[in-house]
Amino acid sequence: MYPADLKYTKDHEWVRLAGAEARVGITDYAQKQLGDVVFLELPEVGRAIKKGEVFGTIESVKAVSELYAPVSGEVTEVNSALTQKPEAVNKDPHGSWMIAVKVSDPGEASDLFDAAKYSEFTK
Amino acid sequence: MSLPPPAALKKTPLNARHRSSGARMVEFGGWDMPVEYSGIVDEHMAVRTRAGLFDVSHMGEIEIAGADALKAVQHITSNDASKLAVGQIQYSALTTGQGTFVDDVLVYKLADEHFMLVVNASNIIKDFHWISGHVQGMGDAAAVNTSSRYALLALQGPVAKEVLQSLTAVGLSAMKYYWFTTGEVAGVRCTISRTGYTGEDGFEVFVPPASADRVWTSILAAGASAGVIPAGLGARDTLRLEAAMRLYGNDMDETTTVVEADLGWIVGWKKQEFLGFDVLQRQKAEGSARKLVGFEMLDRGIARHGYDVYFDGAHAGTVTSGTQTPFLKKAIGMAYVPSDRTAPGTEFDVDVRGRRVRAAVVPMPFYKRQK
Repeated sequence: MYPADLKYTKDHEWVRLAGAEARVGITDYAQKQLGDVVFLELPEVGRAIKKGEVFGTIESVKAVSELYAPVSGEVTEVNSALTQKPEAVNKDPHGSWMIAVKVSDPGEASDLFDAAKYSEFTK
Repeated sequence: MSLPPPAALKKTPLNARHRSSGARMVEFGGWDMPVEYSGIVDEHMAVRTRAGLFDVSHMGEIEIAGADALKAVQHITSNDASKLAVGQIQYSALTTGQGTFVDDVLVYKLADEHFMLVVNASNIIKDFHWISGHVQGMGDAAAVNTSSRYALLALQGPVAKEVLQSLTAVGLSAMKYYWFTTGEVAGVRCTISRTGYTGEDGFEVFVPPASADRVWTSILAAGASAGVIPAGLGARDTLRLEAAMRLYGNDMDETTTVVEADLGWIVGWKKQEFLGFDVLQRQKAEGSARKLVGFEMLDRGIARHGYDVYFDGAHAGTVTSGTQTPFLKKAIGMAYVPSDRTAPGTEFDVDVRGRRVRAAVVPMPFYKRQK
């Protein structure tokens, strides 16, 4: 159910790691909890983000949720097409990347969940 | 699947039906209610383009009867109930002596000596104590809380009439907006009113609780081919906001007057006497310090209930309701602002969680249905 090539956080973000580049989004569990996404606030390219800190917000009709950085580094790309059509997060959460990050410390990824552990975590 | 609620929450007769339909349930004013089924956006769009069916059985009914029933209703409400014919309904306010809201209500005239007030779920106990207290000294009039006698289903949207017509012999086309009648729906004796809280054409059906499930499933079955779906409180809120209908607790409460809430049209000024009339008359003549306006966000950001409003850098108002609405696809809302800042086009800033985002006053309603 959860893609095996992704890693996951306790706050329901997913990370796709390719060497020192990471792409970040939110999981199917998160989008179900949120309901229909209507607004996405993402950082600018060049912004430094720190693991565990808020890097943006995602809003449904009824609620505002914060997005937490799963790794530290510099934002290299922002998915502005997604901010134009945030409802894509509901339709394809694992395929909707929000930011790309140049990872500063790959060691930080060691405590992320794999698909099996995240699946267990969300039961 | 959703977790079972704590034992204390009240349930409508349709609770089991909602749960077995997979509704996401939330606590609302002490009730276990469906917030969404297929999703707020999906349900909102269904109501605007086809129809949605809402369970609003949690709302309250308080009936006032007796030779002095009209006199009592006239004293405790803002609108002029003497204008009502039997079978007619008016939007009104239960007012305090300061002209502020105990509740906003619909007043139904059942007979010359019998009125029914439909009240907000969260205010039933408060309203009943208020009403009984005031009715006591008014001669031959008594108030009864009849909320447990009625389940209430609201079918709202452009196809509502054709779908409901297939279940009743009552001629719905002849029913004017804000009128009601009694008749059978799906073989069950009901009161049907042409009212709603969505800005669309629609009907609210008062059903004996034991028959609520039968009427609910009958309406959904009859409306299936027309695309009628169940809708929850989430869509109810986004729909009413687009239609600029106020929500008690958000847009008005016991600290805001009927004039401040820009609801002067529900005051029967000719009545000359009702609780709070003097204050409201003065506010009408001299103006009130603040007024409720509709607004639209100009820059990216969604204003929500409680966010602060700034004019020229100074905090001068509050957002009472706000969201991004599915049909208009805009971030809109209502706010109390100083009375000299209410002209459409007036710009201000909303503090969106620490960030000042530009907004402008717009005329209400934000959405109006095609006739």
